[in-house]
Amino acid sequence: SRRCPPRCGAPRPRRSLIPSLPAGTARLSRAEPRAGDGRSGEEEVEEVEEGCYQLYPGHIPTSPLQKALLAAGSAVMALYDPYRHDMVAVLGETTGCLALPNLRDKMKHHPEGYRILQERPRIRLSTLDMDRLRGLPDGTLGREYVRFLEDNKVSPDTRMPPKFIDDEELAYVIQRYREVHDLMHTLLGMPTNMLGEVVVKWFEAIQTGLPMCVLGAAFGPVRLSARKLQVLATELVPWAIRSGRNASCILNVYYEQRWEQPVESLREEIGIFPPP
Amino acid sequence: AATGLCPYRALLARRGGALRALCGSVRGLAAGPETHFGFQTVTEAERREKIYRVFESVAKKYDVMNDSMTLGIHRVWKDILVHKMNPSPGTLLLDVAGGTGDIAFRFINYVRSVRERQLQRKLRHHQNLSWQEIAESYQEDKSKSLGDSQVVVCDINKEMLKVGKQKAQHLGYSEGLSWVLGNAEELPFDDDKFDVYTIAFGIRNVTRIDLALQEAYRVLKPGGRFLCLEFSQVSNSLLSRLYDLYSFQVIPVLGEVIAGDWKSYQYLVESIRRFPPQEEFKAMIEDAGFFKVDYQNLNSGIVAIHSGFKL
Repeated sequence: SRRCPPRCGAPRPRRSLIPSLPAGTARLSRAEPRAGDGRSGEEEVEEVEEGCYQLYPGHIPTSPLQKALLAAGSAVMALYDPYRHDMVAVLGETTGCLALPNLRDKMKHHPEGYRILQERPRIRLSTLDMDRLRGLPDGTLGREYVRFLEDNKVSPDTRMPPKFIDDEELAYVIQRYREVHDLMHTLLGMPTNMLGEVVVKWFEAIQTGLPMCVLGAAFGPVRLSARKLQVLATELVPWAIRSGRNASCILNVYYEQRWEQPVESLREEIGIFPPP
Repeated sequence: AATGLCPYRALLARRGGALRALCGSVRGLAAGPETHFGFQTVTEAERREKIYRVFESVAKKYDVMNDSMTLGIHRVWKDILVHKMNPSPGTLLLDVAGGTGDIAFRFINYVRSVRERQLQRKLRHHQNLSWQEIAESYQEDKSKSLGDSQVVVCDINKEMLKVGKQKAQHLGYSEGLSWVLGNAEELPFDDDKFDVYTIAFGIRNVTRIDLALQEAYRVLKPGGRFLCLEFSQVSNSLLSRLYDLYSFQVIPVLGEVIAGDWKSYQYLVESIRRFPPQEEFKAMIEDAGFFKVDYQNLNSGIVAIHSGFKL
């Protein structure tokens, strides 16, 4: 599989921080190795001038300096304007150097997780059979998930695709994490308001160790009212931490094959305590 | 790079690449001559479309991004351009690729202040007029605060014009200003119409610069002036390295964080490097028929103002 050196942000051979001006067709030849692996080479796979070619559609190779700047900038922007979900995503990607390989290894060493890594399922409106899920009995994962999507008026298609991860397997891992986020809401029974999001972030922080989740969990409550903060601190966060610690890795569950399973039973299986 | 590690793959790649180049040239014959988009090679038609999309996407954050990328210095550059122009009241200005109106508003401010000084001087000479006559002169001068000066802002991109119009409304500019959708390579104006033609940070994005220069020559009156403010080549090697580092490492990050658009700002810094250096651009302007062509470097060549006259 196409993969750059495992160290995050590792310099590629011949990389310089300052790309030189292309001379004639010299740059075109950079793109040739991509033609070798059967991709159509159409507009999606653009020639990127950073010394490394695109590893997956949407990939933007970045130098370590750029990643550092992105991490700092996206953190500030995410706090300044909470509606910039893309900044939260970028923060997750640029700071996930250590946590993502850990997650990937956890998945590799678990039979179901390993299968997910091989089959690479995607949770999207085009891949989900919404009518069938709606038709499932109440209390099942599928039915509750659809109910959650409709009640909160969200869609799984709004998840940002990864851009700055320099390893395409890790890019899938973070994509999976993003797509499973809504299922976390369903399993934890939390709505998509600020309070619910913070609780889910606490749970995810314990589960994944992603710095973005930790930061979100720590700074998210800043915008909550005192009453909500109290509920958060006394009931919700301790429960989220206990569940997070007790539960097995949430990325190791092949949700697409468990739509018929009742939510209660899935919670027990993973190890999530019933919500307060 | 990776080809050193895998000779078989390199062989396959080279064959694949040759086929791709062939397809590219066949496509090229069909779609038009090849040109560049930043560091990529594309057809002219593709380039026009890509650039349109870039500006459509950045329009709303254009001014914020300019301030962040240049730390506000772009305002000084534009001020210098208008001061160099030194327009007198009654000037008809065409600002091409003027999108969000920065040059147009500065022009209006400049002409207004020149006009005010003119009026003050006139009043001082009329110390022995009757009150009736003074009141009358106030009336007629008030209606001509710009002294018949006019600026036409022309841009190919609807979104940029939209942002410009909103800005004008917000800042209170109404008279002497018009907004026209048009292509610098094919201007929708008659010959010999304008006193001054400006294009600030726009000519870099034009696909056929020679056509734009010819159009500029055509629409200017005899005696008219061509002024171009554009990023250029830095001569000082240390500054050049710092500038490159800043451009390639920081600017796309700023684009992603502030405007949510890395690719457009990557294009921007690449397009700056693609633009011809000062002397070459000066030659292109002379080729279009302009005389007394000269340029002034600002900030050691990060930006240059080229000027020429139609005689």
